[in-house]
Amino acid sequence: MQQAVMDFFSFSDPNIRYVVLGTLLITTSAAMIGSFALLKKKVLVGDAVAHAVLPGVCLAFIVTGTKHPMALSLGAFATGWLALVLMDQITHQSKIKEDTAIALVLSVTFGLGILLLTAIQHTGNAAQVGLSNFLFGNAAALVGNDLKTLGLLSLALITVFLLFFKEFTLVAFDKTFAQTSGLPVRHLELLLTILTVLAIVVGIRAVGILLMSAMLITPPAAARFWTQNLSKMVLLAIVFAMISGVIGSFVSYIAPSMPTGPWIVITISLMAYGSFLLAPRKGLLSRGIQRRKHQKKTLSENILKILYELGVAEGHYYKKITLDTLCTYRSLPADRLVQGLKWLQKRNMLQKKGSSWSLTVAGKKSGEKISRLHHLWELYLTQYLKIKPDHAHENAESIEHIITPELADELYSLVDLKQEQQQ
Amino acid sequence: MMQQVENPIAEVRDLTVSYYKKPVLWNIDLYFPHGNIIGIIGPNGAGKSTLLKTIMGLVKPDSGYVKIFGKTIDEVRRHISYVPQKDSVDWDFPASVLDVVMMGRYAQLGLFRRLRKIDREKALACLCKVDMEALAKRQIAQLSGGQRQRVFLARALAQEAQLYLMDEPFVGVDAATEKMIINLLQAMTKEGKTIIVVHHDLHSAFSYFDWSILLNMRVVAAGPTQDVLIPALLQETYSGKLTILSKISELLKEQNTLPREPN
Repeated sequence: MQQAVMDFFSFSDPNIRYVVLGTLLITTSAAMIGSFALLKKKVLVGDAVAHAVLPGVCLAFIVTGTKHPMALSLGAFATGWLALVLMDQITHQSKIKEDTAIALVLSVTFGLGILLLTAIQHTGNAAQVGLSNFLFGNAAALVGNDLKTLGLLSLALITVFLLFFKEFTLVAFDKTFAQTSGLPVRHLELLLTILTVLAIVVGIRAVGILLMSAMLITPPAAARFWTQNLSKMVLLAIVFAMISGVIGSFVSYIAPSMPTGPWIVITISLMAYGSFLLAPRKGLLSRGIQRRKHQKKTLSENILKILYELGVAEGHYYKKITLDTLCTYRSLPADRLVQGLKWLQKRNMLQKKGSSWSLTVAGKKSGEKISRLHHLWELYLTQYLKIKPDHAHENAESIEHIITPELADELYSLVDLKQEQQQ
Repeated sequence: MMQQVENPIAEVRDLTVSYYKKPVLWNIDLYFPHGNIIGIIGPNGAGKSTLLKTIMGLVKPDSGYVKIFGKTIDEVRRHISYVPQKDSVDWDFPASVLDVVMMGRYAQLGLFRRLRKIDREKALACLCKVDMEALAKRQIAQLSGGQRQRVFLARALAQEAQLYLMDEPFVGVDAATEKMIINLLQAMTKEGKTIIVVHHDLHSAFSYFDWSILLNMRVVAAGPTQDVLIPALLQETYSGKLTILSKISELLKEQNTLPREPN
């Protein structure tokens, strides 16, 4: 195993170099095109086109009797294109919606493709061996003519895509505006469609028809979690796609009978789920941490406020108080309360003597601040928004924890103004 | 009531337009005076936005034509700017405020060319005019309704056009933005620009527009605002007298025919 890893990743074998290069080009094209499919919300169209490619491949084989990559690609492109036209016509000429049209086209073309494939396999023609690679992809089989043709097609695709990146972006964001400002939108859309079909025709050699849509969509979907900038998103999608491509082709190198597509797709999907979990701000984990932080803040601020307000009532701020007494003021489970108390002790807001707690100077200050914000918000609700006083308290209980210093300043100016008017 | 216009910047002649085979505009004749803020006013479904889209060449009319500066729209696009309704795009798109404003420079730049420093400077200057320069790097997903409208306006300004067509720029914006927009439009007309605005709030129409067009599937009136926005004409625009016209439209749609023979 270790030897295989060494052999593969040293890239000393020219065959491996070619396979990896081909896979990188193919996955890059797919990630680029997929980014725009994602932004234009045309994800499923790609899936239908990928399925519609199969009858084209089979027909090309039947007509030419060879597996010449150019012939097969042409056939694939033709039926892929036909599927697009068909979906377009169905949605425009009838009341059928796009998702239904996609399902109609996807199933019928793929069914036809499987029919033709089975027929070919039963002819006993020796040349047909390997046609079924189109279903799940086989990167290791990307050699010689195949690789040259697909590599060139991908390179052309990537070049054209980069040349028109600016225009594609505008059309994806605001097609109407693009039209009115005089851009040749129809031609640009036609071009992007050609590139999409091309990316699929090329991509199915590595990942196969059934998983092609995952190759288009998963990299940009994963990248979308990490950035808000389109160029960075496309770049990141490409990096994700490349990593999965290399891993996929490595697997098909050490185990030639393994289809490449599933491995590529599983790898890229792991990255997507990883992003979903770990991405900063948007990720599940980071959102969870934020929520926990806020809960902790709310809990500790509530404790400080209770102690402070008790102090106000009794005229003695630093009075010692036991956990049981504290529990009577706030319906909180005791263990949560203890957690909060310990956390505050660590931050020098509270001190513990024996089994009773008391505020420190800093703690008193914080408690005072939060109590004031609570009151401030209540005033704002009742005076400025004319909300009934009995509704205000509940609301202020949660708002007091999120008011920023700037907002507090603004509130002071509003509320003070009102009080002056009343006096 | 149709007021005569000397040397109109744009004219619409005998325009009939259908939307999904249903006629929404019938035999529209209009002349737009130069250097004015012109309001197109009418109830929901009156065909205001469709009229704007037809002028911009986005919708093909069944009959009639539009001339701007005496030419067809495709000959003069460079000098015309269109501001779509702000809810017509997906604001979750990964782009910054500056990215969107720069889109106003694409057409002038031409295909294949990269944005230059001067385009960036112009875009920033336009953001200044709408008081958004501080938010140039902000993600558009984080903007409020008013800020989104400001971004669209800045993008239109970046086109450096002569004629501006705006679809409901005052909808869903805060009071401060509304005030800023109307001040900006007034400043633009002082520079000789012409602005056509689709609008549905009668209350503000009186003070906003120099010239008003009352539209409800056909032109009810067009002329200086004080002559057009009078009770009798408003009544005619907003009353339900047009039910027959709507019924005919529905019938035409059902029968799948155009309101007149295509020529």
